[in-house]
Amino acid sequence: MTKVLKWALLASILAILPFLTDFAFGKTWVRILDFALLYAMLALGLNIVVGFAGLLDLGYVAFFAVGAYFYALLASPHFGLHLPFWLLLPAGAFVAGLFGVLLGAPTLRLRGDYLAIVTLGFGEIIRIFLNNLNAPYNITGGPQGINLIDPIKLGSFALNHPVGGSIPSVYNYYYLFLILALLAAFVSKRLQYSRIGRAWVAIREDEIAAEAMGINTRNTKLLAFAMGASFGGLSGGLFAGFEGFVSPESFTLMESIMILCMVVLGGMGHVRGVILGAILLSIVPEALRYVGPLQESLFGKVYADPSSLRMLIFGLALILVMLLRPAGLWPSPTRKRELSAQGETAKHENDGVYDAGR
Amino acid sequence: MDIFLQQLINGIVLGSIYSLVALGYTLVYGIMGLINFAHGDIVMVGAMVAFTVIHLLSGSGLPMFLIAGIGILAAILVCMAVGYLIEKVAYRPLRGAPRLAPLITAIGVSMLLQNLAMMIWGRGYLSFPALLPAISIPVAGAGISAVQILIVCASAAMMSGLSFLVKKTKLGNAMRATAQNREVATLMGVNANAIISITFIIGSALAAVAGVMVSAYYGVAHYDMGFILGLKAFTAAVLGGIGNIEGAMLGGLLLGIIESMGAGYLGAITGGVMGSNY
Amino acid sequence: MMQGAKLLEVEHVSKNFGGLAALSNVSLTICQGEIYALIGPNGAGKTTLFNVLTGICRPDSGNFRLNGVEMGGKKPSAMAEAGIARTFQNIRLFSNMSAIENVMVGRHCRTKAGILGAIFKDRATRAEEKSIREKAAHLLEYTGIARHAHMLARNLSYGDQRRLEIARALATEPLLLALDEPAAGMNHSETDSLGTLLEAIRADGITILLIEHDVKLVMGICDRLAVLNFGEKIAEGTPTEVGKNPHVIEAYLGGS
Repeated sequence: MTKVLKWALLASILAILPFLTDFAFGKTWVRILDFALLYAMLALGLNIVVGFAGLLDLGYVAFFAVGAYFYALLASPHFGLHLPFWLLLPAGAFVAGLFGVLLGAPTLRLRGDYLAIVTLGFGEIIRIFLNNLNAPYNITGGPQGINLIDPIKLGSFALNHPVGGSIPSVYNYYYLFLILALLAAFVSKRLQYSRIGRAWVAIREDEIAAEAMGINTRNTKLLAFAMGASFGGLSGGLFAGFEGFVSPESFTLMESIMILCMVVLGGMGHVRGVILGAILLSIVPEALRYVGPLQESLFGKVYADPSSLRMLIFGLALILVMLLRPAGLWPSPTRKRELSAQGETAKHENDGVYDAGR
Repeated sequence: MDIFLQQLINGIVLGSIYSLVALGYTLVYGIMGLINFAHGDIVMVGAMVAFTVIHLLSGSGLPMFLIAGIGILAAILVCMAVGYLIEKVAYRPLRGAPRLAPLITAIGVSMLLQNLAMMIWGRGYLSFPALLPAISIPVAGAGISAVQILIVCASAAMMSGLSFLVKKTKLGNAMRATAQNREVATLMGVNANAIISITFIIGSALAAVAGVMVSAYYGVAHYDMGFILGLKAFTAAVLGGIGNIEGAMLGGLLLGIIESMGAGYLGAITGGVMGSNY
Repeated sequence: MMQGAKLLEVEHVSKNFGGLAALSNVSLTICQGEIYALIGPNGAGKTTLFNVLTGICRPDSGNFRLNGVEMGGKKPSAMAEAGIARTFQNIRLFSNMSAIENVMVGRHCRTKAGILGAIFKDRATRAEEKSIREKAAHLLEYTGIARHAHMLARNLSYGDQRRLEIARALATEPLLLALDEPAAGMNHSETDSLGTLLEAIRADGITILLIEHDVKLVMGICDRLAVLNFGEKIAEGTPTEVGKNPHVIEAYLGGS
């Protein structure tokens, strides 16, 4: 019974959260919540690749970009196409998944750090293409990106309109993103405790042994890439519909790194931990925007450039959290057990490969 | 002017800078299996410190080469200290932690350095003083500037010095032993912690020199110059087989040449579809 | 003593490493239901042959057949699927998974739930998952480590880790169980009980290929064995036959 109560409490908190946030901090913060949920989906996707299968992907944002541009191109005046979102979101996830396979296929023989650099390059290639495919034919809109993207519509109701003139649009997106993020978490969990999930972890632990046990490591890794990428593609479509415009600037390497930080800082391989990481890392930098005004009220004048101070504190926080909790803020129970066996880890350190999973 | 030769020269110059930075990645990776994401920012710190020192001394009436020398020396010393501190504070406590943990602290350190630099030196581009007179020696239709010659010679000297250090000295032996197997090396009486510190210090010194070189070459210094440079050098290190010293040198040169050839020809080959921005 | 049909036929397999012949023209036949051992001094090519049979490396020439099907050069996962399961000389467990999860991974190639099954957890997937778990629990029981089912593999004792490797390999329902020095590092009583386990596995109809240094174990339990030296098969037969073979005595005791 207490369990039901706990869930009911959590559900009602999530349901009224935007109202509370709006009341306490204003609409900007509801928007930040929306983004936090979007990042949670992205982080859950990357978690499949890095956390479950142990493949270090530094170009994950590419799949986010693919999803976003897929939506933007087919639902904006850019080509005069206005396909419905319920078609575009799954199709975008699928296309991103294909890109995942496309990236995965040639790189699967690589291990650890080599994979990291290739995925990083892939991410950059996608961004540079988006940036430059405006000539001789204007496909992606170049650095300006694509504008006036259709909002997500449920029936005839566009989510960018307030409900009944009183509930603002950021609320609509909040609920949509919340449902989808929960769905992503649910799917992650189901995958984790399945035959495929076990195969991923086995590959992370020892690829040679996994192969010897009859796991087709190539296909299984491709599947991880495709699944992770499709989460990214889905989030990308949502992002495009939510923002109304996309440009290559949103898909930089820094973004990939941030998502990776969310996964690792939260607790790699642990669904709840990853969500926590995503929410913290999308909220903290925003909260740190107040360091400027805070300086003013404390000292009467702004001493340090607020934006750099903000990122400085953020960097410091990353370091401190990892030093204090090397397995992440909320590691999975098994991972905690692993760390309690610290002495033995030293033995594995000399394995020589930069395995993401270890 | 012969474009091919010119681009080749530019590529070699660029490549030797990349090589120096790549060596830092490779040394650290070889010994600890860690991608030191903050390495590029150490390059930036080197450039910034040299800038400040040279700027302060430029009114003193000392001869330019002496000022430049002091600037470089200061950059090296500061970077060594920074490198040592980073390892001690951000990486050492994470030995035996999950392998991605130090990667995240490295990213944190990188942010920290960049934003500290932004607060100290501002967000604008600093125009780096010319260390050498802007003369150009004509070579078969192309030109080599004095700075370019100095860069190539200095990198070559430092790289051979490093090769000698790693291959022929007792310290180098200890470094290689630690890289092979830290536990066994420790059993054999190698102070692995000290070796790791020294590796970071050496890598940072190389980075400092590279920072001064790159700023002197392009004439500017900027708080986030380290990021892209670091990325390219890391690519070079991986290209040459990370953990392998000769590989890093070769990878750096190769990358530099590819980049400058690409800049020179890609636009022409693809009829302007792919510009130099690729 | 030949016990039934030919299970594995190795024909003229050769493998060179940079000019060094690790295996030259090795042929042997393993029959259904026997325990077949492969012995030889260090560097004789035992492990290379083992690696060829388990798909880790591809033979330069020659081939081998499992139940009449050509197998040479297939991937390790295909070998496992076809029915050759192996253990590793230097134990390779999934160290951060529990013992039972290790065995469950072994069921991978005999089950088929995919992504959709995982997400929707339909009736077939649930049934399959249940059977995986039951089979894994049974195998832990069978190999005598059921009490450690939920311990992380890395925390098991050495002997139990070896047993877990065997349980994991058995989970793939092999026709041929290939064991790479299973008794290495074991004490006497552990080796004895390992022998009992191997006998039990054979009694259940699984053929065993054994690479082993422990001559006492080999001579005690194997039906036939082959001796390799410098990449060549120098003897083959029952333990008593091989023990009398002058080539074998020379290879082991040296001399001219």
